[in-house]
Amino acid sequence: MRIEDVVCPFCGCLCDDLVVSVEGTKVLSVENGCTLATEKFTGDHRLAHPIRRTGGAWEKTTYDDAIRETAEILLDAERPLLYGWSGTFVEAQTLGVHMAELLGAVIDNTSTVCHGPSILAIQEVGHPGCTLGQVKNRADVIVYWGANPIEAHPRHMSRYTTFTDGFFVKSAFRDRKVIVVDIRETDSSEIADEFVKVTPGGDYAVLTALRMIVRGKGDLVPATVSGVTREQLFRVAEICLSARFGAIFFGLGLTMSRGKSKNIRNAIELTEELNRHTKFTISPMRGHWNVYGSNEVFTWITGYPYAVDFSRGIAFYNPGETTSVDLLRRKECDACLVVASDPGAHFPRACAEHLASIPTVQIDPHMNATTHLSRIQIPVAVTGIDAEGTAYRMDGVPIRTRKLFSTGYPDDVSVLGRIYSLVKEAKG
Amino acid sequence: MTQGILIKNAYVIDPLSGIRGEIMDIAIRDGRIVEDALPGSEVIDAGGCLTLPGGIDSHSHVCGTKVNFGRYMSPEDMRAGRTSRKGVMHVTSGYSVPTTFGNSYRYSTMGYTTVLEGAMAPLEARHTHEEFTATPHQDMLANTLFDGNWSVMEAVREKDVKRAAAIVAWTLAAVKGFAIKLTNPGGTEAWGWGKDVSHIHDPVPYFEVTPAEIISTMIQANEILRLPHSVHLHCNNLGVPGNFRTTLETMDLAPPAGDDRQTLYLTHVQFHSYGGTTWRDISSKSEEIARSLNSKPQVVIDMGQIMFGRTTTMTADGPMEFKLYMLHHNKWSNHDVELETGSGIIPVYYSRKSLVNCVMWAIGLELALLAKNPWQCLLSTDNPNGAPFVKYPEIIALLMSRRMRENERKEIDPRTEHYVPLFALDRELDWYDIAVMTRAGQAKAMGITRIGKGHLSPGAQADVAIYPLKPDNLDPSVDYQQVMAGFSRTLYTIKRGRVVARDGDVVVEGANSTIWTRSRVPPEYDMGSDPEFTRKFDQYYTVRLRNYPVQDVYLPRGICIETEAAL
Repeated sequence: MRIEDVVCPFCGCLCDDLVVSVEGTKVLSVENGCTLATEKFTGDHRLAHPIRRTGGAWEKTTYDDAIRETAEILLDAERPLLYGWSGTFVEAQTLGVHMAELLGAVIDNTSTVCHGPSILAIQEVGHPGCTLGQVKNRADVIVYWGANPIEAHPRHMSRYTTFTDGFFVKSAFRDRKVIVVDIRETDSSEIADEFVKVTPGGDYAVLTALRMIVRGKGDLVPATVSGVTREQLFRVAEICLSARFGAIFFGLGLTMSRGKSKNIRNAIELTEELNRHTKFTISPMRGHWNVYGSNEVFTWITGYPYAVDFSRGIAFYNPGETTSVDLLRRKECDACLVVASDPGAHFPRACAEHLASIPTVQIDPHMNATTHLSRIQIPVAVTGIDAEGTAYRMDGVPIRTRKLFSTGYPDDVSVLGRIYSLVKEAKG
Repeated sequence: MTQGILIKNAYVIDPLSGIRGEIMDIAIRDGRIVEDALPGSEVIDAGGCLTLPGGIDSHSHVCGTKVNFGRYMSPEDMRAGRTSRKGVMHVTSGYSVPTTFGNSYRYSTMGYTTVLEGAMAPLEARHTHEEFTATPHQDMLANTLFDGNWSVMEAVREKDVKRAAAIVAWTLAAVKGFAIKLTNPGGTEAWGWGKDVSHIHDPVPYFEVTPAEIISTMIQANEILRLPHSVHLHCNNLGVPGNFRTTLETMDLAPPAGDDRQTLYLTHVQFHSYGGTTWRDISSKSEEIARSLNSKPQVVIDMGQIMFGRTTTMTADGPMEFKLYMLHHNKWSNHDVELETGSGIIPVYYSRKSLVNCVMWAIGLELALLAKNPWQCLLSTDNPNGAPFVKYPEIIALLMSRRMRENERKEIDPRTEHYVPLFALDRELDWYDIAVMTRAGQAKAMGITRIGKGHLSPGAQADVAIYPLKPDNLDPSVDYQQVMAGFSRTLYTIKRGRVVARDGDVVVEGANSTIWTRSRVPPEYDMGSDPEFTRKFDQYYTVRLRNYPVQDVYLPRGICIETEAAL
C-alpha cells in the first residue's frame, strides 16, 4: 500500500510530502524522504517488550507491572524529573506536564541541552521570524550560521530555501544568494556564494562587526575580526542590506559555542537592525521533529518553554537551576522518567552517572544509551509510524502526523495515561 | 446531566428578551434554560443579585501561535501572575498573557462563558484549537485571518466576488474557523517586504489591490455565504496619529445592514480614533467616529479600551508592531505566515504620565459614552493589547460613574483634558447598557443568538452569571468600588447548566465547545477540487493540501453552524 503526504517524525523540518509503501507492519520504501527519514521509517530495532533490571541483568516484564512500578517510583520520589518529550506528540507532552504538576516534579525537554540558550535570548530581545514558506516564496538572501543543513536537516535547502523556487523567486539557483558562516568547511559551505570562516568562539565579535557596519559605524571595524577580513564583512553586510528579503537560520554552532545566548541575542539584534533597511527574519534550526511542540505545550500550560519546577506548588522557571543538567549534576533528583529522548547519549558524564544511580525509567520504542542507565524501559509505538498526534515544525506550524499501520505497541498517551491515573489515584 | 438548577430571586437583565431588571426565577435543565424546573432541582437563591446571561468576549487574544509566543518570550509576565493548584484548578502563570487555564479560570470567575479568539492564521489553526481545548470553561470561536490571503487578493483583483466567497468557505471549513477577520488588510502582505499600506486606496505591492477593495469584496463574500458574523475588521493605520480619517472612510464602505446584524464590525476602535499628525499633537477624534457610528446602524464596534499599567501587545498587524517597537525599544517578535498574514508582539507599559497614553485611555471611554446605541459599541480591551481582560470591571465602573472618571482625572497627565472631550461627558451608563455591551450585544453582533447564546429565554444555552451586586440598593455612580468588585467575581458562574465557578474559584473540570461555520457551496465552487487553487497551494505552501485541514479530533465538542451559500 502506498501512503501519500506522510509526515516525517525525524527532524524539525517535519517534511509532510513523503510517500511510504507498506505491507502489513513493514515499511518497504520511502520516497521523497532524506536518508535520515528512510532510516527512521525502515529501521527495525525496536524493543519487543518492557524490560526491568534485576541485579545486573535485564528481565522481561509486563506493561502492567512496568507501569505500576513506574508510578510507584514517581510517587516515592521527593524530587522527580520528567525529562525528554521532544520525540513524542503534543497529546503525550500535555499529559506529562499535568503529571509533573500533580507530582510536584521538574519537567524539562531537550531544549535544555539544545536551543535553550536561544530561548533565553528570545526572552531578552524577542524573535523576528516567519514560517518557512515565507522564506521559500520571497527570500533572495539566505544565511546559515553555525548550521550544516545538508547533514543535519537534509531537505531544509530543497524544501524551503536554497534549491526551491518560490512565488517571487522564480529561479532559486539564480535568484538566491547563500551565505554560510561556520568554523570549518562543510557540505553546506561548499554551495555557499559567500563562506565566512570564523575562528572558533569568535561569532559574537563577527556579529558585532556586522551590526556596526549596518549602523554606519563600519569605519571602526578592524582589519580582521575573529579571522574574518574587513572586506568580507563589508561584502556580507552589503549583500544583506541589498536583499529584498533575507533569512538567517542558526544552529547549535552559534547557540552552544562561546557566548551562547549572547550570540543569539546579537544575531537577533542584527536582524532587527537590518529590518530598519529591508526585510529580514531569523530562525533556529530545531533538531527533534517535535521539540518545538514540547516548548509550545509547556508554555501554554505552565508559561515557560522548558525547565519548569512544580515543587513549590506554582510553576517556577530558572534555567541554570531548574534545568536537567544542573539538577542531575547537583545530584538533586531521586527519580527520573525519560520520555522520547536519549539523555544517556547527550548529557555530561556526571549527569549520566547520577541517572544510573537513581531509579530511571525510560519510555521509548528503541534501545539506546539511556537504556543502560535505566531500571525499567517501556517500549511504545513510534509516532508518525504506528501512532499519530500533533507535532510543531521548527517554525511553529502544527501538523498532524499519520499512523501508517497498527502494531501491538501502545502509544505514549496510553502508557503515560495509565501512569498518570495511578498517580492521580494515589494523590487523591 | 444533573437534575437541573432553579435560580430564585434573580435580578435579571436579559436585553435580547427585553428584560430590563426584574426579580424572577430561572429554570435550567439539560444545559438549557427551560420554562419550569424539574422537581428536585438544585436551588440557588440569588437573593436579588444581578443575574445576566454568561459574558461573551467578541474580541480577545487568548489562544494560538502569537499568544503562546507572547508567553514564551515573557517569563517576567508569567511570574507576574501565578497561582498554585487548588481543587480542580491547575497551576496558572501570567498576568497579561496568562496560561490557557489561567485565562479560562479568570474569565470564568468573572462570569464569562464564551470567548472569540480575535485572530487565527489558517495555517496555524491546529495550534489555536489545541489551546481552545486547554481553555475548558469557555465556548471558543476563532476569527480567521484573510487580510493577506493570496488567493483572496487574486480574486479581488479579478473582481470575482464569488470566487472570494468560495475561498472563504473552503478555508473556514478546513480550519474550523468562525468568521472572516481582516487585520490591516493588504498591510500584512506588504509587510512581507518590510512595507505597509498607508491608506485604504494604497495598492498592495505586486497584487495591485487596495485595502478598500479587499474590505468591500469580503463584505460581499461574507453575505453571499450568509455567515453568522459580519466581516470583523482591524482597520489600516492602527495607532497612527490622524488615522481617524482612515477609520471614517472605512466605515463608509459598510453597506446597509440586513435584518439581524451589522455588515461590518470594527474592532478596537480606540486605536483607530486619533487626530493630530504626530505623537506630539495626537488628540481624540472619538466625536467624529461616534457621529459616523450613530448614523450607521450597519456598523458595530468594540472599544479597545486601554488601561494604565503593564501589558503585552499582540496582533496580526506585523508592520504596526515594528513601528511600536521603534517607539518602545523593549523587545520585538514578528511572525509572518506564508500566503496568509503576519503577526507581531511587543510588551508595553501604559503610563498615567504619558500624555499619549492618557489620550488613548480617554478615547476608549468616550466611544462608549458617545455611542447612542449600546448594541453598537461593545466592551473590550482587545485583550491583552489595551489591557488584560481582568480590567473589564474597572472599565465598567468608569463607564457607570462620572465621579470615578473625575477622580482618575486627578491622577493623569493634566494636559489630557485639552486633547479629549471625556471630562465634558456627563453620561453614566446603566446596568442595562453594561449587559448589552458585555453579552447581548456580542451575541447579536456575532450572530450566535441562534444557537442560544447571550440570552436567557427558554431554549437558550444555560450560561448564566450571578454577581454579588444588588442593583436596587446600589448607586453605581457613587458606589463604583462595589461595582468593580462585584463584576470581578461572580457568586455563581453557570455554564451549559453546570455551576462551574463559585466565589472566585472554579469548581469543576471544564468541557467547552468550539463553534465554527460551514457554508455549503455548489460543487463548482468547491476550492478543494479547483485546479488553479490546488495547483497554487501545492506550489507555494510548505504544507501539503491534505495535511492542512484541522481534523475533527481537535474539536471534541464542536458546534458547527451551517449556512447555505447564495452562490
